Amino acid sequence: MSVKQGLLALLAEEPMYGARLRSEFEARTGGTWPLNVGQVYTTLARLERDGLVEPVGGSDDEGRIAYRLTDAGRTEIDAWWLTPVDRDSTPRDELVIKLALAVTAPGVDVPRVVQTQRTATLKHLRDLTRLKSRASDEPDAHDLAWQLVLENLLFAAEAEVRWLDHVESTLSRMPAAAVRRAPTVDDVAGSPAALAKGASA
Amino acid sequence: MSTDPTPVLVLDHVSRVHGEAETEVVALSHASLTVARGELVAVMGPSGSGKSSLLNLAGGLDRATSGRVVVEGVDVTSLDAKGLAALRRRSIGFVFQDLNLIPSLTAAENIGLPLELDGWSVRRARSQALDALDRLQLRELADRFPDQMSGGQQQRVAIARALVGERTLVLADEPTGALDSHTGEGVLKLLRQRCDAGAAGLIVTHEARHAAWADRVVFLRDGVIVDETGAAPTADSLLAEAR
Repeated sequence: MSVKQGLLALLAEEPMYGARLRSEFEARTGGTWPLNVGQVYTTLARLERDGLVEPVGGSDDEGRIAYRLTDAGRTEIDAWWLTPVDRDSTPRDELVIKLALAVTAPGVDVPRVVQTQRTATLKHLRDLTRLKSRASDEPDAHDLAWQLVLENLLFAAEAEVRWLDHVESTLSRMPAAAVRRAPTVDDVAGSPAALAKGASA
Repeated sequence: MSTDPTPVLVLDHVSRVHGEAETEVVALSHASLTVARGELVAVMGPSGSGKSSLLNLAGGLDRATSGRVVVEGVDVTSLDAKGLAALRRRSIGFVFQDLNLIPSLTAAENIGLPLELDGWSVRRARSQALDALDRLQLRELADRFPDQMSGGQQQRVAIARALVGERTLVLADEPTGALDSHTGEGVLKLLRQRCDAGAAGLIVTHEARHAAWADRVVFLRDGVIVDETGAAPTADSLLAEAR
């Protein structure tokens, strides 16, 4: 997803000028994606070039220009809602890479790496839970957006702890020598990267 | 939330060893932990890491091989069986995964039972039980039998019983185990509220989502406390960070 789809989704409701698009975008995504006005205007310029939005009349007293969707813009955003988000790409998460390296690198105390991360992730999970417990029982639409974002972060943190538990229990069942064996080409053949390569070939 | 620095529970280098010599199994080794009023502490760790041993020792259901367990200023390790039973009835409440309530007693009778066993009159015990239900906003369940309540309601009643009368320490072993995630969360929220109101709680769980309601999480591995998350920040500092 890019800012482009976000702005199209907002303009599908009603025409808006840049500053309002920016504040709506931030409020509606629970404040997790701050934008600057420059990004908004650059994106609007590209959308206008591609025929997806158009200005509504001229500028107002304060020099602001409102934009609205064109028919092509509406077709674009309608299709976006129903297009699944791509999850097939190889993970580039720093933690995944760190642990993948740790299990093959000599001299790394892997259980300690796991424990250190789990403690940090649990603290994060606790902080998110505190925030959620303060959330309103009768949310309005904006509260709801914030809650959904918060719950996504909660689920992600929980999944990370579960994965770390799994890593720990897998390591505890393996003989120590096996953990630090360098992988061979055969080991890597079934990796997500290799699968993605095969699929695109 | 205010935390009274006087600890309700102190574990001081507590060890529990089963068997001897070659058959010796160390369930818990030199575990030290305090839980103050207003605090909820979670214990996590893989199966067989000593979580339930720690909870049983904290509640006087098992005796330490060495070290001290102190509940409300009373050294549990120095009590005889009778003294221990009295301390459990007076100061400690337990919540388990299931089988928490006696099926032939109503919610109010279940909650009042430890007080009656401690010599209170039926009338006084009932009045305290109703107070406990009121505090948890569960009054409407008073005269229902366990089979007339949902699993979540039964666990809420179990929490009310754990904190009836003067009891301040609640020990919970996987209290949300049999519940769906939404109901489980409600039970944790209630436990959190009771701790915020001045109780002290120690909860064993394998669910990070549930441990996240605690102020601190203690990790056990092979009977040893290997890590602790440290105290929670205040809600206001969290909000300041998030906004």
